[in-house]
Amino acid sequence: MRVYLTAVRLSMRRYLAYRSSALAGALTNTIFGCLRAFVLIALWKQKPEISGWDLSDAVTYAFITQGLVTPMGIFMNNSELGPRIRSGDVAVDLYRPVDFQAWWLSLDLGRALGAGLLRTVPPVVLGMLLFPVSLPLNPLRWAEFLACCAVGYLVSFALRYVASLVAFWTMDERGMSSILVAAGMFCSGLIVPLTIIPGVLGDVVRHTPWAAVVQMPVNVLLGTQSGGFGYALAFGSLWALLLLGAGRLLTAAARQKVVVQGG
Amino acid sequence: MADTADAAGTLAETDDRPLWGPTAYLLLVRMWMRASSQYRVSLLLTTLAQFLTTCLDLIALLIIYTQVKTLAGFTLAETLYLYGTTRLAFALSDVVASGVESLATMIRLGNFDLVLIRPVSSLAQVLADQFTPKRFGKLVAPIVTLGWALDELPVHWTVLKAAVCVGTVAAGFVIYCALWVLTGCISFIAVDAQEVANSFTYGSEFATEYPLTIFGRPLGLALTFVLPVAFVTWQPSLYVLGHADPFELPGFLRFSSPLAAAALTGLAALAWRACIRHYRSTGS
Repeated sequence: MRVYLTAVRLSMRRYLAYRSSALAGALTNTIFGCLRAFVLIALWKQKPEISGWDLSDAVTYAFITQGLVTPMGIFMNNSELGPRIRSGDVAVDLYRPVDFQAWWLSLDLGRALGAGLLRTVPPVVLGMLLFPVSLPLNPLRWAEFLACCAVGYLVSFALRYVASLVAFWTMDERGMSSILVAAGMFCSGLIVPLTIIPGVLGDVVRHTPWAAVVQMPVNVLLGTQSGGFGYALAFGSLWALLLLGAGRLLTAAARQKVVVQGG
Repeated sequence: MADTADAAGTLAETDDRPLWGPTAYLLLVRMWMRASSQYRVSLLLTTLAQFLTTCLDLIALLIIYTQVKTLAGFTLAETLYLYGTTRLAFALSDVVASGVESLATMIRLGNFDLVLIRPVSSLAQVLADQFTPKRFGKLVAPIVTLGWALDELPVHWTVLKAAVCVGTVAAGFVIYCALWVLTGCISFIAVDAQEVANSFTYGSEFATEYPLTIFGRPLGLALTFVLPVAFVTWQPSLYVLGHADPFELPGFLRFSSPLAAAALTGLAALAWRACIRHYRSTGS
């Protein structure tokens, strides 16, 4: 266990070392948060309440989603596992006397915690200064939000892990990753809140694993999750278990059959 | 082939000029396309992903219009027109110029030195860098959207309006290309501020997809006169759609997109040269 905790700590420290880069990223998240907020404001001005959300809920949503994009790795731009499989460096990782999946979870968790500090807080704080962002004061709400974020993070890691492992068979993870990014951007509610999607499409996207990554934590924070905190937690945990399990199976299969690239 | 030696001898004398930029660009693009075709499955998947991303973005817009009939006074067909022209112009510029995005990595690793010692235009090399056919996947959805919008719009088409419509995409393409180059210059000044460049490229694309009025007057004016992306599609489209300008700006601005494109291109060329002149290698 200690080795994993050390991996988390060192990985986090590495992320925190590139502060200026992360802050430049946080600024970008803020700008995109503003752009999305303007679109949502235009929509909510015409229709003051949609699916139980008022204007300030929508604006709050815009900034929290932008803040969560990087820790949750929606764009997969900090993933190292896929490129290491492509280059063959992964051979070294397979040697390590640790559990392969847990090892990569630890490294990614360190990155996510660092990103949570440097890239989640600034967009939300700046958003509060510029827009009618309203956050709850109830500490219990925040605890529930953090619990949902933790589960959502596990789901996001499990998805990215599976997508990266595909490189063991296709030799190049970029195809699979880009499909995952495309689906993730939409299904996590980054482009439009999942709550306002009508009809069958809405029902479907609210049940994909990505719903647990960003949308449900925000719903819980705003207090608008149907079925409440319990449902969100159970939903996320189920997907996390299923996907982490799929990752384990794939890891075992890869260890059995695959020839590593390199030379 | 018989006179290779001879040719090599004369090459040094007569042909020591660098390759003409556009020719070099096309040669490099061909080379990169071959390279990226090596992993076929991956290439197909990434192309599909690019197509999906643009489709899902369009679906998002349609979802917004399931909730309301008009957004900031613009109907669905009108917004689709704004969206289609913006997206098409941006996707075209993305095909041609988004190689700039790897510039920061190039500079950080010291590989930009190699670019400078080759007798080929540095800009051509950077623009063509990592060119991949997957970017063509981004063109499909905008073309379909624009076709749909043109079909739905209750516009009485005149020759002038048709010309402005074509000109919108053309000028928008040039404006975005200039923006790619300008944002590339950020990498020279601050290597680790690369993500800020996204605010200008992807951010300004996002901003021009919707009626500019949603950003309010101060920001709307800034997007017209400071970062002139209003000329990508907003100003000329007001004319095509027959909308009065909500910001009440003078009428000649509707036709000023080529001017804005020329100005921004000039600025980008100057900035690029200045950056190359002041470049200091990071290698050791």
